[in-house]
Amino acid sequence: MVPLSSISRQKNHEIEGLLREAAPRALVAVARRFGDFADAEDAVQEAMIDASRQWPAQGLPESPTAWLIHVASRRMTDRIRSEASRRGREQAVAEGVPASAPPEPEERSEADDTLLLMFMCCHPSLTPTSAITLTLRAVAGLATAEIAAAFLVPEQTMAQRISRAKKTIEGSGEPFAMPAAEERGERLRSVLRVIYLIFNEGYTASGGAELARADLAAEAIRLGRIVQLALPAEPEVGGLLALMLLTEARRPARTDAGGELVPLEEQDRGLWDRGLIAEGRSLLGEALAHGAVGEYQLQAAIAAEHAKALAPEQANWGEILALYGLLEQVTGNPMVALNRAIAAAMVEGPQAGLSLLDELDRELEGHHRLHSTRAHLLEQAGDRRTALAEYQRAAELTRSIPERNYLTKQAARLHASRPRG
Amino acid sequence: MKFMLLQAYGGVPEDVPPMTEWTPAEIDAHITYQKDLNAELIERGEFVDARGLAAPKLAKFVVSDGSGSPLVTDGPFPESKELLAGYRLIDVESVERAIEIAAKGSAAPGPGGRPIKQEIEVRELMGPPITH
Repeated sequence: MVPLSSISRQKNHEIEGLLREAAPRALVAVARRFGDFADAEDAVQEAMIDASRQWPAQGLPESPTAWLIHVASRRMTDRIRSEASRRGREQAVAEGVPASAPPEPEERSEADDTLLLMFMCCHPSLTPTSAITLTLRAVAGLATAEIAAAFLVPEQTMAQRISRAKKTIEGSGEPFAMPAAEERGERLRSVLRVIYLIFNEGYTASGGAELARADLAAEAIRLGRIVQLALPAEPEVGGLLALMLLTEARRPARTDAGGELVPLEEQDRGLWDRGLIAEGRSLLGEALAHGAVGEYQLQAAIAAEHAKALAPEQANWGEILALYGLLEQVTGNPMVALNRAIAAAMVEGPQAGLSLLDELDRELEGHHRLHSTRAHLLEQAGDRRTALAEYQRAAELTRSIPERNYLTKQAARLHASRPRG
Repeated sequence: MKFMLLQAYGGVPEDVPPMTEWTPAEIDAHITYQKDLNAELIERGEFVDARGLAAPKLAKFVVSDGSGSPLVTDGPFPESKELLAGYRLIDVESVERAIEIAAKGSAAPGPGGRPIKQEIEVRELMGPPITH
């Protein structure tokens, strides 16, 4: 027999999943009907709380989306009424509430609705931090407390961030509708960037002692899948999803039993998730077939090259070097140039990599990765003394504790094996 | 009672070398000890927060008179040993328990597995006014 508590836990889990799937559609419907994204978002959040209280006892409604729309709309109407009575202008009710309000979602696909929401949440007037927060709440359906926990800030702070982000969008005066066709390309790039930032926040957890916060990475992949469903012919959307899957595949090998960082070249590739790799490679193949190559497809192609190799030295480094060259042209990002230097060292030897690094001194000054990469290549080239100093410098400059532990140990290893006297 | 246990970059005896001069195994032992201590605090319901701060090299000192641009001093600083390296924030029943935890933190192992005798500053947090 299954204990009661586990049944209800399973049920709660099921309800949570249903709610999170239904919420974006409900939000779009309510925001359209009332023409107010910010208030609609609050109303749908409140309706979700109602649902999580009522559904376990009363059973699931036939259509969770219609239920949320109905309850959220009622809350919106109440709000408008009370505002109107406060102002003593009953007229506002007539103006604010559309006469015929069909409870069913309109004849639009779920994917279109979600895409519209993503475009709103990645509005150009928002900072990346605000866009990330709003996306997690409005599109991914996470509660404020969950988002706060993921970013290690108090709930009150996160609630304020969300409310300010919504006010910013409101202040921009943009209607709740798909952006004009000529703006969509740029907006899609913002959407992809926001998803990728969420993924990276989950995968690397830049600041804290915990190397990976799995939930955010999983959320980003889920968002990537939703956008991919809405825009199956956009190669960069497929490219980003492929990149996230191929990166996520390495997670089991990325930390050791003690939670310490294991760099790519030392990872046990037997632990890599072959299912995710297969899916990532197939998505990448489809994306590349469309012809328009962009930065996410290129990064995914590099990750796919690593995934194919059973050991670091078996990877096709010539191909990886060429891909980094293309990626550098597309992005002009000095961090890409740094990775190209690593690939060059694999193909042509450490000196080739070191000369490329020297060109990055000014642009990447003070960045720990410049020093850790140089240390690595110097050690390969046999200059262990300078390598030790570079590892020390890298350890001083990183903001990540697992990374600092790793770099300190690299320095210690060279120090312990130095010639005495 | 909430206490902040603070540790500075200095605060260890002169004969303890910098960590990059320990062996990798000694570093591992030290890290494991600190993690175990945090795990113990979590398990006992005493843990609030524990953070390491980025190196003194990245520190900045800012002074402003409220008008014009502030005076910003960048590192490296000659007195960098006095700068904070990290803290634990704990919520415990008594000052005795806070001292006990601080003592455990202080005795974390270093070279040769010997306790490094890190000095820990124990500071009680001020609370709300007590009114009846």
